Amino acid sequence: MSTVKGEMIKGNEAIAEAAIRAGARFYAGYPITPSSEIMEYMSWRLKEVGGAFVQAESEIAGINMIIGSAACGVRSITASSGPGISLKQEGMTTLSDEELPAVVVNVVRYGNGIGTLLSAQCDYHRETRGGGNGDYRCIVLCPSSVQEAADLTVEAFDLAEKYRMVSVLMTEGALGQMMEPCVLPEMQTPKRFEWGFDGKYSNKKIGIFDRDSMKESVALNEKYNKVKEIEQRWEAQHIEDAEYVFVAYGMPGRATIGAVEQLRAQGHKVGYIRPITAWPFPEKAFEQVNPDVKGYISIEANATGQLVDDIALTVMRQGKKKGSNCVGGSCPAPVYCNPHVYGVPSTKAIMEDYSKVLSGELKEVY
Amino acid sequence: MAANANTNTKTKVNIKPRKVPALIDRPMSFCPGCGHGIIIRLIAECLEELGQDDNVIFGIGVGCSSLLGGGLETDRLHCSHGRAGAVCTAMKRVNPDNVVISYQGDGDAYSIGIGETTSAAYRNERFTTFVVNNTNYGMTGGQMSNTTMPGQKTTTSPDGRDCTTTGMPLRFPELVASQFDAAAYAARGSVSTPANINKTKTYIKKALEAQLSGEGYSVVEILSSCPTNWGMTAPEAMKHLDQAVTPHFPLGEFKIRTKEQGEVK
Amino acid sequence: MSKVLTKPQRCKQCGLCVAVCPKKAISFSTEINTAGYLFTVIDDEACIACGICYTTCPDGVFEIPGTN
Repeated sequence: MSTVKGEMIKGNEAIAEAAIRAGARFYAGYPITPSSEIMEYMSWRLKEVGGAFVQAESEIAGINMIIGSAACGVRSITASSGPGISLKQEGMTTLSDEELPAVVVNVVRYGNGIGTLLSAQCDYHRETRGGGNGDYRCIVLCPSSVQEAADLTVEAFDLAEKYRMVSVLMTEGALGQMMEPCVLPEMQTPKRFEWGFDGKYSNKKIGIFDRDSMKESVALNEKYNKVKEIEQRWEAQHIEDAEYVFVAYGMPGRATIGAVEQLRAQGHKVGYIRPITAWPFPEKAFEQVNPDVKGYISIEANATGQLVDDIALTVMRQGKKKGSNCVGGSCPAPVYCNPHVYGVPSTKAIMEDYSKVLSGELKEVY
Repeated sequence: MAANANTNTKTKVNIKPRKVPALIDRPMSFCPGCGHGIIIRLIAECLEELGQDDNVIFGIGVGCSSLLGGGLETDRLHCSHGRAGAVCTAMKRVNPDNVVISYQGDGDAYSIGIGETTSAAYRNERFTTFVVNNTNYGMTGGQMSNTTMPGQKTTTSPDGRDCTTTGMPLRFPELVASQFDAAAYAARGSVSTPANINKTKTYIKKALEAQLSGEGYSVVEILSSCPTNWGMTAPEAMKHLDQAVTPHFPLGEFKIRTKEQGEVK
Repeated sequence: MSKVLTKPQRCKQCGLCVAVCPKKAISFSTEINTAGYLFTVIDDEACIACGICYTTCPDGVFEIPGTN
């Protein structure tokens, strides 16, 4: 085992400090458990680096402040959870429409409505599909450790600017609250991106009623197709000979890796794919899976199963490509899911899912 | 010495040149006789006179204000409905050397946006808010607004506004002046007559000067005509402003800059 | 040169200038502009270049060249 490097730091604080080092110089937001530490950290740290901090009167005001600062070319970040992110949806489609980069951190907590304070993965559909109006997408990054959270925070800004999109750092309550060793990124010099406002009208605009939506839709598709082609990120192991492949992200992803190691030690041919980008979904990972795979098992912490849908879509698409081996030209492997509702499923619970798949007790979802 | 410009005389009358500022010298899609066109011209004239016409960012509200985007030649963001107060807060915080202006109607600023509008004033943000008040939601066809007057018929108060269940007209500059000690300037003008237009221009200029000297939040609400939704001709609408609207929305300066005679930095 | 220059294509026939001109020097033309409005015309003789039309026009129709 490699030695883990770095100082102990809380997940939320690592994200905040990583943002500062990535050049973020504006934060506006509203407290909500389990994300508040990010805002609290920013309230004193931004001053130290000459940035601006506003405790907004609401989540809605907060995301609109992010729109204002991003419009001026400043790397901007906000953090929230559950219902707070719900309030921000109009802001996120607006950022997308204005092609303004920004980073939104969702420290996911379980439940609908006000929800609970339990760590969870119940916002997968909302973050990958977008809860705002229109057909926009956000880049969704899913860390599984405090170190990865810090690293992905920097990537979030870079990707947001590269494609002029919103990056969502979709983490979980447990990760935000726990402490792990972490080597923080290097301090960058902040640079305003060139399409920011400077008062001189350097970048011309047209009126809202003068837009050509047909033309814009072509450009929109080109952008998203490019991101899908180039920016998929994942971690995978043992998939070339696997009979069953687990798919899980975030902390459940980490637990799944532990379960896979134990199962393989017992002689089971299992592998895993851990998506690091939930959007773009790492379809390319699935291309390397054993063509004779017997099934995929989604491990996720929500009530109804959400990640399982993307696995099924991907597997179906892959199945069509492998037509020659299959009856009728298409043979997607079955996809199973026993949603673990909230928290982080133990390796024991994950191994039990596997047993139930083998015994037939857990029926496929797809 | 006064001279009659109609007579051929050796005494020369100095006629002041008046030309629409380049910032807004484009056709705009406001209704015929709508006050918006006058108001944005006054703002542009003040920006020009203060030497800030190439140093300004607008946060534009949703509604008839949206039409500004088609004609305004400045940095601008068409904000989500009601949110210009928050957008401009951030723009001024990160670009303190630019003049930042929020330009909204009464619906955008005082109904859906009442939280953001009031919070910006509450925090004494250093940008300037201009609210065009025509006592209804113009762009969507004339629904009741927070500034609709008692008994006023709109598409959502077809029998006339019943203020016992919907509230009395909201007076925002007065709220700022009476509740937010640190605010620099709060006034209400009107574009009903040339004299009122000229007076309103002085309010607009003072509000912008308050921003330039960094004193604090400034707001000017401007009563404006809505011939289309009031069902009147433009001259009738202007008379309506004087006779029916102004009694509910008094004109004048409610909070005056403490450094009125001072130097603009 | 006329005391007041106009941009007939901007005019929306709102009538504000006609109502406020102290010399009643403004009237509607019998022609329409490209938007279909009867644009305003000024009787240069009667006009005193007071600028009130410029002040009240919402559409930037008027320009007063002025004297230097």
